[in-house]
Amino acid sequence: MKRRVFLKGGLATSTLAIAMGAGLIAPRVLLAAWPKDAFEAKNVQDALKNLYGGDLTEPSDKISIKVPEIAENGGQVPVTVSSTLDKVQTISIIVEKNGTPLAASFHLTDASLPTISTRIKMGQTSNVIAAVKAGDGKVYSARKEVKVTIGGCGG
Amino acid sequence: MGNSIKLRATLDGTTTEVKAIIKHSMETGLRKDSKTGELVPAHFIQEVVCELNGKPVMTAEWGGAVSANPYISFQFEGAKAGDSVTLSWKDNKDGSDSAETQIKG
Repeated sequence: MKRRVFLKGGLATSTLAIAMGAGLIAPRVLLAAWPKDAFEAKNVQDALKNLYGGDLTEPSDKISIKVPEIAENGGQVPVTVSSTLDKVQTISIIVEKNGTPLAASFHLTDASLPTISTRIKMGQTSNVIAAVKAGDGKVYSARKEVKVTIGGCGG
Repeated sequence: MGNSIKLRATLDGTTTEVKAIIKHSMETGLRKDSKTGELVPAHFIQEVVCELNGKPVMTAEWGGAVSANPYISFQFEGAKAGDSVTLSWKDNKDGSDSAETQIKG
């Protein structure tokens, strides 16, 4: 009886060891923790501060934002941000007048081309801001207004 | 695995373009149910990781303002036809999924 218990215990331990081993062989990509404070920030300055450690960005004409001039459906607004800045590390998309302005951040690598496309929700007519962190460590930004006919944040 | 993700990777010259659509409600937590009038709890993707042959080429953090059934596309250099591209996501309720495809030349 005791032997059985021992065996069972041994089996459980080895299963755990195998599971841990598998974890070591295929480590999950380590991501920095999801920046909760930045996503919950109620204005652009706080979002930037929590995201990049400073609320100032340098306006740049080396960032282009492709958005529709008028969005009939604020729930699905296509956005493409691209940049000719050097070694772009991060592209963040911020909607100035959304209750929580930060929509998304994309981290690129050396192999990446500095362009990203997605679709975002906009509650009302607002500037869409692209904040781009370049290889020199500075955060640059550009903005473009989208007129929203039907907001995409309420119910 | 991968049922929520439509993933395509296409090589054009030296550039690979990845396009993905993920099936997800992306609830902000601020929307009211039209029948009950109660807030629908927040349920949205927070992390997206794309790997080329097992190495990350793009990682993203999302909030509830990314549209329902998110679409994403991006590009990178240095891959060849047949290379493996995986895309995975994780949401705020510990839901997750991943999909793999081969780059088409």
